[in-house]
Amino acid sequence: MKVEQRPAASPSKDALTDKATLLKLYREMLLVRRFEEKTAEMYQAAKIGGFCHLNIGEEATIVGTISALRPKDYVYSTYREHGHALAKGVEPNAVMAELFGKETGTSHGRGGSMHLFSQEHRFYGGYAIVGQALPIACGSAYAINYEEKDEVVMSIFGDGATNIGAFHESLNAAKLWHLPIVFVCVNNLYGMGTAVNRASAVTEIWKKACAYDMTGERVDGMDVLAVRRITDQLVAQAREKHEPSLLECVTYRYRGHSMSDPDTYRGKDEIKEWQTRDAILSLSDQMKKQKMLDDQEIQKIDEEVTAQVEAAVKFAEESPDPDPKDLYRDVYADQVAS
Amino acid sequence: MAVLAMRDALNQALREEMKRDQAVFLLGEDIGLYDGSFKVTRGLMKEFGEKRVLDTPIAEEIIIGTAIGAAMSGLRPVAEMMTVNFIMVAMDQVVNAAAHIRYMFGGGTKVPLVIRTPGGGGHQLGAQHSHSHENWFAHVPGLKVVAPGTPADAKGMLKSAIRDDNPVMFIENEGTYAVKGEVPDGEHLVPLDKNEVKRPGEHITICAHSRMLIVAMDAAAELEKEGISAEVVDMRALRPLDMAPVIASVKKTSRLITVEEGWRSYGVGSEIASRVYEEAFDYLDAPVARIGAAEVPAPYNKRLEKIAFPGKADVIITAKALLGKN
Repeated sequence: MKVEQRPAASPSKDALTDKATLLKLYREMLLVRRFEEKTAEMYQAAKIGGFCHLNIGEEATIVGTISALRPKDYVYSTYREHGHALAKGVEPNAVMAELFGKETGTSHGRGGSMHLFSQEHRFYGGYAIVGQALPIACGSAYAINYEEKDEVVMSIFGDGATNIGAFHESLNAAKLWHLPIVFVCVNNLYGMGTAVNRASAVTEIWKKACAYDMTGERVDGMDVLAVRRITDQLVAQAREKHEPSLLECVTYRYRGHSMSDPDTYRGKDEIKEWQTRDAILSLSDQMKKQKMLDDQEIQKIDEEVTAQVEAAVKFAEESPDPDPKDLYRDVYADQVAS
Repeated sequence: MAVLAMRDALNQALREEMKRDQAVFLLGEDIGLYDGSFKVTRGLMKEFGEKRVLDTPIAEEIIIGTAIGAAMSGLRPVAEMMTVNFIMVAMDQVVNAAAHIRYMFGGGTKVPLVIRTPGGGGHQLGAQHSHSHENWFAHVPGLKVVAPGTPADAKGMLKSAIRDDNPVMFIENEGTYAVKGEVPDGEHLVPLDKNEVKRPGEHITICAHSRMLIVAMDAAAELEKEGISAEVVDMRALRPLDMAPVIASVKKTSRLITVEEGWRSYGVGSEIASRVYEEAFDYLDAPVARIGAAEVPAPYNKRLEKIAFPGKADVIITAKALLGKN
């Protein structure tokens, strides 16, 4: 389907021009890409089970939003969250080990692809029920206000979630209670196989913020710098003024909904067209033009990131399965008879 | 020791825990300015302010979701659902989220959360305000479920629930809020995993929880007059289900009746009976008898409603039948 982009409000001109920052964004996006490519490979090799939803194509949205946060800020995500966890600083080893179902995984093999978690990194989880995590994210934001901290919550979800009741309950509560939260809608144009215009009466998701008198923005989710600039503003607004917002990032997933999706509901041309706007290539082209990066350096970064991903696979392969005697561990926080 | 109504015993528990721990806060529909639909939270907003007693929109998913997220972020929320029927709107948050988060995240977090909610019928409120669903929650690993039937237990178990590191379903009953009883002052903690004999007896065992505990106690007093000594076991701890006092009692009496206000099918009594068959089959002299609500949506008409819910007469008739004394 066709979408119209809407320029983000007054992006600040001076931010995001130094080489170190741009290189960091580039490297993080490339890590998500290479990690997910390897994940697909491992899924096909039956090393990974269950459902597996890839972030390939959405790297600019992921890195542009999450890189604007501080370590103590929270991220709540969905079942398509490998990249979100990596961008929040969770080690690739622990993420890959979780996909492999190993004891060394982020969730000790109890969660899998859809339930990554790291309290230490304030990556507060992948949730597999559409829209479920928005009210829970509001709870963390309520706790921040309660304890008078200066942290922020980022609640990330897909376009499909914006049609469910929990989305509306959450936006209403966030505005009503002045919660320091940024709602990030990853609009990849399809909720599973159903296009946005076949599921939502309002196809420009940002407009749904208007119903709650909340800041709503739409940004080109394939442009990492544009995403980062608007996110910086919205995060600052949440942190300093306790004003929530809804950010719609228009992006695209190059692969199907999950690894088991034959992808018959959208044309090959559409996929190719979006790939011509690839976020990673766009940033490297821009940096080359500005003489910040050359092909040799690009290759070196790619080799380093690829080695990081290979090491994660090796770590996952060599890690032990959970011990069967621990089947009942952590059902409760204390010892409870069944 | 003061004599308090159940609602005041609950109120005392909330007040004491909020004074003891700044992390404890309350949220729910009309719990603050309105003082609570059943007045359990009376005066608490005035005493603790709007931050710690949060009036919410009528939006059950945000109530439970906010409580879960706050619990994962270091607070100890106590959410009130005005009736257990309303919690159906938020079952995703209760079951898919609250109950499963700790396990599916490999123990990486905990959810110290209490959900208080009343069930029960008998007030001509029809099919959407009268049912009891504690068995739904007691089915789910990850939740604790309690249903006290006396004011003292209500206070002691609510205090324990607030201090517990797990999501606890705290089931109250609209028909017991005015019931009075002696309540210990100050620090009074009742464990969440211990059932107990509330009335000792020799001839027959009656298991009941919440309002049905009162019904069972009344029935036992009547039976006594007819020379039948009934032992009443309070099943206030439903998950984890403490069967020890039931098994010990059945070994003594050889006969068991279970009483619950909800439907019998797939119910609390079914679970108790199964466990008795597994653990004390050889001690039984008769099949376990289950008493519960008629398997209909609760009717509005007063006469129909009266026969739809179990009462003292049902327990007495069943006890006599089990003992062959009809």
